[in-house]
Amino acid sequence: MWSHPEVFERVERLELPFNRYGLDPYGVSVEHVSTFLSFLRPFYKTYFRVETHGVEHVPDHDRAMLVGNHSGGIPVDGAMVLSSMFFELEPPRLVHGMVDKFVGSWPVVSNWFNRVGQVTGLPEHAIRLLKDDRMLMVFPEGAEGTAKLYRERYDLVDFGTGFMRLALEADAPIVPFAFLGGGEALPTVMRLERLGRWLGAPYVPIPPYLLPVPLPVKCDLYYGEPMHFEGDGSEADETIQHYIDQVKEQIAALIERGRAERRQRTIDGDGATRANLSDS
Amino acid sequence: MRVLITGISGKLGRTVAEILLEAGHDVLGIDRRPWPDAPPGVETFREDIRKRPAEDVFRSRRPDALIHMATVTHFTTGSEERSRINLRGTRAVFEHCHEYGVEQAVFVGRHTVYGAASDAPLYYTEDEPPLAVSTFPELADLVGADLFAGSALWRWPEIQTCVLRICYTLGPSRRGTLANFLEGPRVPTVMGFDPLYQFMHERDAARAVCAALDHDLRGVYNVAGPQPVPLSLLVQKTGRTRIPVPERLFHTVLGRFGMPKLPKGAVSHVKYPVVVDDSAFREATDTTHEFDESQTMEAFRWAV
Repeated sequence: MWSHPEVFERVERLELPFNRYGLDPYGVSVEHVSTFLSFLRPFYKTYFRVETHGVEHVPDHDRAMLVGNHSGGIPVDGAMVLSSMFFELEPPRLVHGMVDKFVGSWPVVSNWFNRVGQVTGLPEHAIRLLKDDRMLMVFPEGAEGTAKLYRERYDLVDFGTGFMRLALEADAPIVPFAFLGGGEALPTVMRLERLGRWLGAPYVPIPPYLLPVPLPVKCDLYYGEPMHFEGDGSEADETIQHYIDQVKEQIAALIERGRAERRQRTIDGDGATRANLSDS
Repeated sequence: MRVLITGISGKLGRTVAEILLEAGHDVLGIDRRPWPDAPPGVETFREDIRKRPAEDVFRSRRPDALIHMATVTHFTTGSEERSRINLRGTRAVFEHCHEYGVEQAVFVGRHTVYGAASDAPLYYTEDEPPLAVSTFPELADLVGADLFAGSALWRWPEIQTCVLRICYTLGPSRRGTLANFLEGPRVPTVMGFDPLYQFMHERDAARAVCAALDHDLRGVYNVAGPQPVPLSLLVQKTGRTRIPVPERLFHTVLGRFGMPKLPKGAVSHVKYPVVVDDSAFREATDTTHEFDESQTMEAFRWAV
């Protein structure tokens, strides 16, 4: 299978226990990861021109749980977080996403997800991967997060509590992150639920231009400082909720910072354009 | 120690018998099938475990330990007959163990009882419920036998009972569920799916059974060998050709064009993985496999 030279070189440096066939115990395959990231590379670098901020906060070894906001109809955000951890970290790391259960029965797609470390979103998988010192990516808003309409794109819907109990049980730090641009890339104005059910998905997002394809909007990723919480996952709901509120606050703050910087950039950008125009 | 093996004439039974004999144990065996060139020192009885003469073996020989592997998986036996052997036979031997003071019982079961489904975890631990009843209904009798053997732990607490859920075995004998699936030159797979397959060399499986006995294990344990590999790789490395078939046509092609015949429920086990976590067994017995995945596939491929 085809692979970009840069991707190939970085895959070689992934610190995963690949055997002689280039497979790890979860079925992650060197060949598939190379092809997958070679496919994502132009999206990360050119199409969405993702700018990653605060990558120094992400642990380069050991277990960690990346927790962030969802937006934008289809999980472009997940693919870009995965790409940023692969292209920006030294040595590169493979992020394990937690995929919705309905994807598991899709031919080809489910197989690709398995070969590139994107596992079915089960608590058993999360605990096992974390205890194996892997990096997990969680969107606690779940499918409700991607289902947000354009005007709701920077609102955070309710967080599930499962991720916090899992992080505590596996004794993993939480790295908050914010993804900006997803809502603009695929501005959802309508959700087709019947068509979605027919495809085995919760809905199909429909943008004003009808085709559910994301636009080439510049995206930003902000990583915050790792958060450590005390406990073993068996705490009372109030304690867990209190912890979750702290994570939510951090993510909301990262989103605010990102929005401000994006606004500033637009103004600066416009200013520069105007200056250029007046020069000519 | 005097060890009675039910189903001794099967490949796994013979290997276990040989290992135990070498270790200096007295070995007895019950099987409906003959073992013509059984080594001296192994006493075999050609009986049905559900019948009176089998009970007589328990009564007259008074074994210290039982290894029960007289369960049937191949689907050539009618399902009625199969479920009788698997369920009634298991019940009978455990009752005999209780009646005639057998101290230790090892039930040799299969990892397929966990079943395969799109939303099932990749590494099953022993506390996971056996899903196969719904994902592969033809295995219901094996699930029943497995759970019945486990119930001996509270039913007859004086017996040191161990239930092993062993992954697929593969090796030079070319016998067993996975070997049957890989028998022909062409192996059908479901298009768009390539599940991980977990298997171990048949000799390692036999060693694991003996290790369970040696370490006096009590409880339910998963047993596995090397890291699982995708089905496509398994087919390739055993010198077969993979024929991806759309799911709708899967049953139509089975048993034709040199492809194996499989029961209806088997499709879930060709689409999704059944992979177990064997860390508890490794820790309790301090043993590990001798043959890695490559050697195991080669042993199967080049056997004469």
